[in-house]
Amino acid sequence: MYNYETVFILTPVLSEPQMKEAVEKFKTVLTDNGATIENEELWGMRKLAYPIQKKTTGFYAFLEFAGEPTIVSKLETAFRRDEKVIRFLTFRQEKYAHEYALKRRSLKKSAAKVEEAPAEEPVEAPQAEVKEETNE
Amino acid sequence: MQGGNTTMAQAQSEIRYLTPLSVDTKKKKYCRFKRSGIKYIDYKDPEFLKKFLNEQGKILPRRITGTSLKFQRRVARAVKRARHLALLPYVTDLMK
Repeated sequence: MYNYETVFILTPVLSEPQMKEAVEKFKTVLTDNGATIENEELWGMRKLAYPIQKKTTGFYAFLEFAGEPTIVSKLETAFRRDEKVIRFLTFRQEKYAHEYALKRRSLKKSAAKVEEAPAEEPVEAPQAEVKEETNE
Repeated sequence: MQGGNTTMAQAQSEIRYLTPLSVDTKKKKYCRFKRSGIKYIDYKDPEFLKKFLNEQGKILPRRITGTSLKFQRRVARAVKRARHLALLPYVTDLMK
């Protein structure tokens, strides 16, 4: 079992339920092939840095999963067959990428908690400082 | 690097200028990833990756950013992933 992550861009012409349905479809492709989905993020509509298939916006979806290496080709075939997907990227998370992903997930969770209860704000603050340091 | 600087300084003391040259003490470049302990460079953060690009969206060389070879490779990989996903442009003008 390895950890993988995938990002795919769906065409902006889809309606909200169609979008959800497409994401669900790929999730079932994964689960049917024995993968476990670790994380799911819908980044929503975003402007593309350059047009793809004459479209300037796209709906981004991000999945993290754990599974056997054979699953990647199956997933990518599904992506290629689906016209709704205009771009995708799948890769295996190496050690540090996985650590980062775990951290990112826990941060997301704590950020969600902060929204519910603003008492946890100091947790966020040091993270912001680290970011500033890298800005130099 | 330091040896080079001292010989430069000697050469300057031999040649006399009318206006004393302002000797910039060069700030040593450093690898920001090593210094701040970043191990993984995320392609999902295009704003951060823009620091390693010039206005045309090309990856800046190591000699300018000071990144170590190890992390330069990772920066390049992250930038290329971001480009593929249209988070960053392949070619552009006046990005910043």
